[in-house]
Amino acid sequence: MDITLSRRDFLKASGALIVSASMPGFVEPALAQAAATGRPPLVPEELDSWVAVLPDGRVSAFFGKMDMGQCLDVAIAQIVADELDVPFERVTVFMGDTATSCNQGGASGSTGIYEGARPLRNAAAEARRILVELASRKLGVPAGRLAVTDGVVASLDDASKRLSYAELIGGRHFNSKVEWNKKTGNAMDVKGRAKPKSPSEYKVVGKSFPRRDVAGKVYGTAPYVTDISVPGMLHARVIRPPRAACVAEKVDERSIRSVRGARVVREKGFLAVVAPKEWDAVRAAQMLKVQWSEAKDPFPPMEKLHDHIRAASTLKREEPVKKGDVEAAFKGAARVVEAEYEWPFQSHASMGPGCAVADVRKDGATVWTGSQKPHFGRDGVARLLGLPPEKVHAIWVMGPGSYGRNDAGDALMDATLLSKLTGKPVRVQGMRRDGMWDPKGPASVHRGRAALDASGKVIGYDFTSRGFSRVNIATNESDPRDSLAGMEVGMPPKPQVGFGVPAESYGFANKRLAWEVIPPLLARCSPLRTSHLRDPVGPEIHFSSEQFIDELAAATGEDPVAFRLRYLTAPRDIAAVKAVAEKSGWSPRPAARGPRAGELLTGRGIAYAQRGGTIVAVVAEIEVERKTGRIWGRKFTVAHDCGLIINPEGLRYTIEGNVVHGLSRTLFEEVRFDRNTVTSVDWLNYPIVEMQDAPETIQVVLINHPDIAPTGAGEPTIRCIPAAVANAFFDATGVRLRRAPLTPERVKAALASA
Amino acid sequence: MATIKFVVDGKPVSVSADPSMPLLYALRNDLKLKNPHFGCGVAQCGACTVHLEGEPIRSCVTPLSAVKGRRVTTIYGLGTPEKPHPLQAAYVEEQVPQCGYCINGWIMTAAAFLEKNPRATEAQVREALAGLKCRCGTHVSILRAIKRAQAAMA
Repeated sequence: MDITLSRRDFLKASGALIVSASMPGFVEPALAQAAATGRPPLVPEELDSWVAVLPDGRVSAFFGKMDMGQCLDVAIAQIVADELDVPFERVTVFMGDTATSCNQGGASGSTGIYEGARPLRNAAAEARRILVELASRKLGVPAGRLAVTDGVVASLDDASKRLSYAELIGGRHFNSKVEWNKKTGNAMDVKGRAKPKSPSEYKVVGKSFPRRDVAGKVYGTAPYVTDISVPGMLHARVIRPPRAACVAEKVDERSIRSVRGARVVREKGFLAVVAPKEWDAVRAAQMLKVQWSEAKDPFPPMEKLHDHIRAASTLKREEPVKKGDVEAAFKGAARVVEAEYEWPFQSHASMGPGCAVADVRKDGATVWTGSQKPHFGRDGVARLLGLPPEKVHAIWVMGPGSYGRNDAGDALMDATLLSKLTGKPVRVQGMRRDGMWDPKGPASVHRGRAALDASGKVIGYDFTSRGFSRVNIATNESDPRDSLAGMEVGMPPKPQVGFGVPAESYGFANKRLAWEVIPPLLARCSPLRTSHLRDPVGPEIHFSSEQFIDELAAATGEDPVAFRLRYLTAPRDIAAVKAVAEKSGWSPRPAARGPRAGELLTGRGIAYAQRGGTIVAVVAEIEVERKTGRIWGRKFTVAHDCGLIINPEGLRYTIEGNVVHGLSRTLFEEVRFDRNTVTSVDWLNYPIVEMQDAPETIQVVLINHPDIAPTGAGEPTIRCIPAAVANAFFDATGVRLRRAPLTPERVKAALASA
Repeated sequence: MATIKFVVDGKPVSVSADPSMPLLYALRNDLKLKNPHFGCGVAQCGACTVHLEGEPIRSCVTPLSAVKGRRVTTIYGLGTPEKPHPLQAAYVEEQVPQCGYCINGWIMTAAAFLEKNPRATEAQVREALAGLKCRCGTHVSILRAIKRAQAAMA
């Protein structure tokens, strides 16, 4: 373990890599040097893959996920600081670079803390154990008589006997093994011999340290993937068909002759233009004359979408929750309540179109990507190029948003293919309409049925979600067959099938929660292909299931909070619902007030859900303008329980973002399409929430459970927002809106027919 | 091709390019001022906003020829960590940006608005910021930051 590397060697081996994280382009020499100086290989079972002590005592933590502005890196630094007994300020977290971190799955499923922090916590504890043992040997003091304060190991009995981490190992490697659970991605974990601290010993965890990325973003100095520039780089624009299921039959290369340096790059169905200057690439893309094959009307009329979903064949049905005898309960029911809900295709609609830079050489490749899963992206690039993964270096740089599998992964494959075909580094960025080729959140229909006995008690409950697969396109970019470029060069798609069911603890005696997936509208290169969008299928499922619970409360003449509390079984769920009711000043009344008069109607609604161990309950207070049909989500109260809280302020901001993003998807967002293609190509035809419609107040109740391991916060809140708003609309108007988004047109139509 | 001279953040600059090229490409690629971002290219999101003679404009649709001989201010000219604009200081205090790609537009638009309307009500602020997009949903913290900046500027 006690290897001797000079400080200079260490900086070559590790420090230079670190520099590369913020200074793209300096990486390859550093990698070569690292190999030469015997840095242990970057594999999960090496402690050095997770944590390093620099010569000046600063600590580096290497994180295989990444933060996109939700305070995750800060939380990781807090956790590492506590385990190592070093000040928070001394810990730097490096993330998203395949040369410095193992594949922990990237940003995924709100697992950044829940799963992502575990190996870091364990590795930091192990590093501390090793450092204390080392100090024990050097100082001749038993480990049990040593304490660590601010990165200094000192004897409890003789204060003069002390060694700092920097003195003990600064600039050198641990060269020590940890036990890896052999899993890659979110579930990756390692364990050392050390036992991590108990929460009661935390000094740094639980405090609101500020984020480290804010100032760079506010002063314009933070790099984005769109800013990456490599010497000799060409700019590219990919030409995607104006209609789905069309191919370029004839490309008139002379049509861009007047654009300096511009040329066409084609490989089977993949078509692009490149030029040394970006504006020339843009102009060439606008000028290029292409004759496309005839359209084949692959899509149903948009107004018939949900009929299509109901009528289509079923690829797969699953019943993840099945309890009691549901059919018998319905046979014996005094009364049956049924309702059906509809959700549209939704888009990531990121702030900017996907962008990536690729530098493909004979012996390897370096790529810069905004994809939230760069390690998987590296694997996909390697597959596309026919290289082993270790020959590809992927560097994540903040992109224009993310929130699932947006178009960043397609840009990565586009750039890689173009760099290979041109033999030069290539930067790809889409124009706005290209961004609308992102994989979509699936459209769906949800049906609730409940059997009530004569007293109004729910004796049977049957809820089915039916829609397009949430993983028609995989959740990561590890296989180019899931990308547009891969499909365009002829790779067969590899669709997967999956959906989901409500996550709740209603204790209905006979209960069935099921899902059904129908085939995609178009097998390849579809602008309506479906994949993960923030809280995949969560908002739509709970828009429906939590409205249906409200409908049952109304049907039985009970207050919606009281109704939930009557049936909920999990104590933390009950506590969250009670907390949100109390904080929002909920006054109990039967759910249905009936149609109401007046121009400005107000109402409140509740929704609750679990997600990956986190529990959220939300009360929305809204205003409805009868004349205009406008809904304003004026005030939201959120009760949030994700176990142990690492950073309360960071958590609060993350929850606020969930509320507003959820409000946007509830009120505004619907991908429009005609028989041939997506017609939502910019912000006019894919509107999202703007400032006039932002809430006035978001109040958050953070329920802390130091005894419960932390779970996620990036997505759980968003799934409660649609139903909370829809239930508030019912409270305000006495009318149900069972189709999202709740647009002014739908509001006016619903009120007119009430 | 033409050579167009103008002033950016107080410094005279000269760019040789197609005069119909949007200012955004000149700022980002020729002058390496990377913070105005390409968001939509059709003036619908605000991520590319800069000031032209103090007025907020969308640089993605402003031809380079339109700024000839005129003063352009980017977020770098608005303030720096050493000498922040009150809005920037407030944005840091309130930890506003998440992905941050849109933030340039919000700050540049609000800075021009507050310059003329320092005591604007929240309703007026909301109206002034219409058309700007933020995908991370930071709107509520943007409003908090603007209130904080208004207090600092008063």
